[in-house]
Amino acid sequence: MTDHPIFKHGWIVVLAVGICAPALLSSYDLNLLGRFLAMAILAIGIVLIWGEAGILTLGQGVFFGMGGYCIAMYLKLSSLEAGALPDFMEWSGVSALPWWWVPFANPVLALLAIIVVPAVFSGVFAWLVFRRRIVGVYFALITQAVALTFATLLTSQQNTTGGYNGLTGFQTIFGLELGTTDGNRTLYWVTLAILALVFAATRWLIGSRYGTVLRATRDGENRVRFLGYNTTPYKVVAFALSAVFAAIGGALFTLHAGVVSPAFVGVVPSIEMIVWVAVGGRHSLWGAISGVLIVNFAKDMISSALPEAWLYVLGLVFILVVMFLPNGLAGLVDDLWQKYRTRDGSNDMAGSTGALEESK
Amino acid sequence: MTADAHPAPYLLKVDGITVDFDGFKAIDNFSMTLDRGQLRVLIGPNGAGKSTLCDTIIGRVQSAAGRVSFNDEDITNLPEYEIVRRGICRKFQTPGVLPSLSVRDNLAVAAQKDRRWWRGFGRGVRKAEAVRVDEILEQVGLAARATTLAADLAHGEKQWLEIGMVVATEAELLLLDEPTAGMGPNETSKTAKLIHSLLGKHAVLVIDHDMSFVEELGAKVTVMHQGKFLKQGSVAQVRADPEVAAVYLGRAKE
Repeated sequence: MTDHPIFKHGWIVVLAVGICAPALLSSYDLNLLGRFLAMAILAIGIVLIWGEAGILTLGQGVFFGMGGYCIAMYLKLSSLEAGALPDFMEWSGVSALPWWWVPFANPVLALLAIIVVPAVFSGVFAWLVFRRRIVGVYFALITQAVALTFATLLTSQQNTTGGYNGLTGFQTIFGLELGTTDGNRTLYWVTLAILALVFAATRWLIGSRYGTVLRATRDGENRVRFLGYNTTPYKVVAFALSAVFAAIGGALFTLHAGVVSPAFVGVVPSIEMIVWVAVGGRHSLWGAISGVLIVNFAKDMISSALPEAWLYVLGLVFILVVMFLPNGLAGLVDDLWQKYRTRDGSNDMAGSTGALEESK
Repeated sequence: MTADAHPAPYLLKVDGITVDFDGFKAIDNFSMTLDRGQLRVLIGPNGAGKSTLCDTIIGRVQSAAGRVSFNDEDITNLPEYEIVRRGICRKFQTPGVLPSLSVRDNLAVAAQKDRRWWRGFGRGVRKAEAVRVDEILEQVGLAARATTLAADLAHGEKQWLEIGMVVATEAELLLLDEPTAGMGPNETSKTAKLIHSLLGKHAVLVIDHDMSFVEELGAKVTVMHQGKFLKQGSVAQVRADPEVAAVYLGRAKE
């Protein structure tokens, strides 16, 4: 889906722009771009699970949050003197560090947790649900319920999670001063590199035999099952990978933003994440990344001009995309390209794997 | 193979299968056997339970009583992928091709021998499987359409593609549910030839009620009626049978 001629060598241009950005942008804008690139890592996961596997999930905020909290707990503890408790715990009268906070004092364990915690949680969850052959809108609703539950849990456990305010007040990570111009720049490089890595890995995965079977499952799960495939593990792996990507994005986002809170976890942010990918095009990795950038830059501009208007604009955009651009902007580009080729007389439908097949 | 000295067990043995849909017996104590490499046609009026029988053999519907054995192994009510792995594959009534994959990829997914997910992390199709896919493309007459998306195929071509997918699994027993549905006479006779070319290597159980197609296949016919076994014999015998005629024609009288 991503080997569209316009995009085939487009990555060189995009990567070049990404590399030049630190020299061109102000520290504020670079920080903003860094956050969006972190979100783009999550969006790639949505392409995998929604675009390729055809499974709509409305709970990516949960995994984004898991990654964010994992890194934030480490940052919080590392900013304290030995034996001291985070401020909000002291205010709520907690006398000792809860056991599940303890491993996060160790940076290596914290980094591992960013991957392991969402992988295990999403894997077990998906296995239980997919094994019972729960699909489609029912699955989407369950993921939404998980998002709601997780956000409520974080808010209600004020004394150990920081509640509504979440975790903030970070200082350094591995000797890097967060919030400074230099810190921002280094963080931007790390984010860009991880995004490139996740992009390449996903592209490879989509082109593999595993990816073909995943798409086959999307097209006709029963047919694939009756060809002798146990489709459950294929779907579980795709879901777990998308969760891990979301968590990596969430951890990097938290570093850029300097805060993690339930506001990034619940139902509304989870739906917003789907909107990014819907706008960009769920069958295209480039589309998803573009969607993240377009929607979020628009959000930044609109919210600063008309703070109340954003949610309405978002809702309107989503309705318009669903009605008129089912394959997002990437699908539009593809359609226009096909039209151009047809007019050119050089149209060769054979071998085309564009988004056209979805236009039924 | 002669009937009196049966050297090997039957390939498929359906023994007293009963399927109960909330009190309605879709299949009622039905039995039949099928030999290796043989062709059998299953006919019967609408609602006779033919497709339900297929569903039961393939593990899509659970039977309330009875036993299905394949190669002398009890496969009753196993998960469908376990049954497929033992060598039974089914073509559905409405073509179940994978629309957003190319014709070649449809066949490659079917031909893949190792279907465990962690073995899929590589590009390209294994050599032996690719060769097999090319053979099947020729056999089902879709070689020129290999790179076309399955969604863009004509209806008859979709039927052939799905037959090809079923063949690609190298299953010993192929269940073809109405393989000529929606086909013209030319395509129908092409399909009959295709099915004949599969025999020997595969046993084939065809469900259809197009009598001209059944005659063209010229194989032994089993007749089902109201979930029960009714008759078995050659096309001519079954045609001449008054009970079968009553079942098919008598309905008009009622």
